[in-house]
Amino acid sequence: MAFQIVINLVIAVMWMLLSEAYTAPSFITGYLLGILLLLLLNRFIPDTFYLKRAFKIAGLIMLFIKELVLSNIDIVKLAYARKPEFEPGIFALPTELTSNWEITLLANLISLTPGTLSVAVSHDNTYLYIHAMHIDDIDDEINSIKNTFEKAIMEVTR
Amino acid sequence: MLSLIENWIDIIANIIIALLLLSGSFFLLSGSIGVIRFPDVYTRLHATTKGATLGISGLLIGAFLFLYMQHGIISGKLLLAIVFTLLTSPVAGHMISRAAHKAGIKPVTNQRTDEYERAIQNQKQQQK
Repeated sequence: MAFQIVINLVIAVMWMLLSEAYTAPSFITGYLLGILLLLLLNRFIPDTFYLKRAFKIAGLIMLFIKELVLSNIDIVKLAYARKPEFEPGIFALPTELTSNWEITLLANLISLTPGTLSVAVSHDNTYLYIHAMHIDDIDDEINSIKNTFEKAIMEVTR
Repeated sequence: MLSLIENWIDIIANIIIALLLLSGSFFLLSGSIGVIRFPDVYTRLHATTKGATLGISGLLIGAFLFLYMQHGIISGKLLLAIVFTLLTSPVAGHMISRAAHKAGIKPVTNQRTDEYERAIQNQKQQQK
């Protein structure tokens, strides 16, 4: 992936030198041309096209913003309810993610989604302990986290 | 004709900026009300981490758009501030809730499950 970015930057700089215009617009033109060339010559370069991963990262960010807005609507509803109802509790979420980086990202994402707040990580990094507002539907919660966030993070990092 | 279009763009931009600022401060306000009304540490942390994150991001995006539309300044500081709020706020929530749990604060009322407590107990038994 790093190799492709380097190629792309080299093409952009070469474009700048060839057109003898050392400005930001000409650099961007060169970069776009580089992307086009990389797409065309994808077969001869190791690894898949790096922008695919960039699109996946963008998808993760969009998912994150959506969940953040939903969770805020949830909080607003509860804050102005006449009698806010809670069934709080802490449940354990088994996770397949291994590196520190991925687990941090997952914990952050969980903290900002509706009704859940990460409390702790077990010592061997296999369980996340999560505080939920409504403990009734643990299985649903675990499944939805596994299907959305864990999958999205895995797609980005692997 | 052109000035008319520019005028409209200006008005729409102003409306968007106002909406962003208002919704940001509204989320902050309801987060604070949640802190007062919710029963215990953990549920209050729900209100602060989520409400503050979106509220502050909304305010900062509004300020960013305002500076860009009115003065033509692209303010990198505001964007950086958004990124850092998104990074730090959930971490703060995580640390405070963990500290509260270690200090022995139980989740409030008809509490049904506390897997974390059970895991800690299991570990203690294994060590003995």
